[in-house]
Amino acid sequence: MKKNRRAKKRLISAVYLSPSLLGVLVFFVIPFVVVIYYSFVDNPINREFVFFRNFINVLQNEAFLKAAKNTATFSLLTVPLAVVLSLGLALLLEEKIPWKSQFRTFFLSPMMVPVASIVLIWQVLFHYNGAVNGVLTNFGIDKIDWLKSDYSQVVIGILFLWKNLGYNMILFMSGIANIPKDLIEVIRLDNSSPWAAFVHIKLRYLSPTILFVAILSLINSFKVFREAYLMTGDYPYDSLYLLQNFMNNTFQSLDYQKLSAAAIIMAAVMVVIIGGLFLVENWFGKDVEG
Amino acid sequence: MIKRKRIFSKAVRTMIAAAFAALFLMPTVLTMANSFMSKTEIAANYGAILDNASESRKGSRTFVSEKVNLKFIPDQVTFSQYASVLFRSPEYLLKFWNSVILVAPIVIFQLLIAALAAYSFTRFRGRIKEIIFFVYIILMLMPYQVTLVPNYLVSKWLNIINTRWAILLPGFFAPFSVFLLTKFMRRIPVSLIESAEIDGAGEWQIFTRVCLPMSKSSLFSVAILVFIDYWNMVEQPLILLSNTDMHPLSVFLSKINTGEVGLAFAVATIYMVPTLLLFLYGEEYLVEGIAYSGAVKG
Repeated sequence: MKKNRRAKKRLISAVYLSPSLLGVLVFFVIPFVVVIYYSFVDNPINREFVFFRNFINVLQNEAFLKAAKNTATFSLLTVPLAVVLSLGLALLLEEKIPWKSQFRTFFLSPMMVPVASIVLIWQVLFHYNGAVNGVLTNFGIDKIDWLKSDYSQVVIGILFLWKNLGYNMILFMSGIANIPKDLIEVIRLDNSSPWAAFVHIKLRYLSPTILFVAILSLINSFKVFREAYLMTGDYPYDSLYLLQNFMNNTFQSLDYQKLSAAAIIMAAVMVVIIGGLFLVENWFGKDVEG
Repeated sequence: MIKRKRIFSKAVRTMIAAAFAALFLMPTVLTMANSFMSKTEIAANYGAILDNASESRKGSRTFVSEKVNLKFIPDQVTFSQYASVLFRSPEYLLKFWNSVILVAPIVIFQLLIAALAAYSFTRFRGRIKEIIFFVYIILMLMPYQVTLVPNYLVSKWLNIINTRWAILLPGFFAPFSVFLLTKFMRRIPVSLIESAEIDGAGEWQIFTRVCLPMSKSSLFSVAILVFIDYWNMVEQPLILLSNTDMHPLSVFLSKINTGEVGLAFAVATIYMVPTLLLFLYGEEYLVEGIAYSGAVKG
């Protein structure tokens, strides 16, 4: 009788999950498995197993290496900045200041601006004859061709921060709200400095949020190439040639082997980084989670 | 003395927040303000960066300034750009409609399918379930560059490439809302569900009478996030729809040529209206949705 009920429960559970699971299998999991398969054969028609040759080819491809290096540099510079700045904004709005909820809305406003507008405005700002250079010349500084110089990553970095800080800030605000109030009170009565309270209590309790914001920012640092691509096209300035450009250009020539191998390498690197971040967080925040 | 110090630090904090707010708002305000300027004024302000501004305005080059002026208040408020969009360029309205018929079904069906799955993940937990849920999270976190190839392959096999289904179907099954709704639904007190069970309610009744009403606000939160995400899509249509007639406005807008910058601001403002309304009426839900999206652990 009891066994019967459990079997029935299991069946019902499967029924509710099945539409989603079927769709996820067909549209995400199975094609991904096929991509793994493609990355190990010489071509989709001949299907001869070539072990790691495709991977070696990709890893020796100069364009891929350049794209990977630029992408890594960009993410390494912007992700920590995104974490620190959005935590700063969240702490700022935690304090007693007027118009808090208005500020929150304003910080979130970049979410609603269409991509095309963003691209247009960034061009207005950072074009050779643009507004930023206009201000610079007033101070007697030479004009910089932002998007066609080594500063191009800075331009895209600012865009990335502008777009994502608000969202990250909300994540931190909810993390701060979840810190037990009495704990902060205890520290305050202990008469220790606010800085010590911040490091010992807030940061530890926030470590899961920091982890998530870091992961999210990493993913979003890939997404910002949408705007970068629309601004600079298929072959941008050297330091802006990113993995998105590599994938797009390879895609146009429909080289499945290269594409599949590159996608798998990227997925593997992502899994390693995210796993690593989880480990660090587990170690750092271990005594506050219960 | 201490009090004075406190007031001072409060003022400093407010000023920092205000400075950031100004930076964050600038592009939105600029887009809206510029949409009310005349074509001449736009050309005069942005002539320096528009390659073909002189071409479209032969003879009046004297208006074009050497450098860009950021102007937040139009000399004269005019709706001429809007008039051109609405009455003289029907293609913009068509593309707007394209966006609607892509995004609306995705939001509705993604939520429907996700609500069912979230119920399953909430009600029946086990080892296999946890593994499946973990796979959903991994899929959710994969950047588009990775999913691009699988995405393209599957629409080719199903022969739906160059049709709207190539965007709609993967949208229906995207794991993001499953993840978020599950996080929300797991917050519903188990006692509530159990008492419904004791009262003799079947699974469908528990789902529709207890879980769905309890998740109303979270459904709305997820809907807003999904809407914003798809409303601004660019990559998918570019790769999966070679027929530009089917492209949504988000893609079309980004291809507007520099000679029509004035129009672009007006179109962008029109395109912002739905999101703006969501911001004005659903900000609490939006904030709640974002806050919960951070709960990857636990």
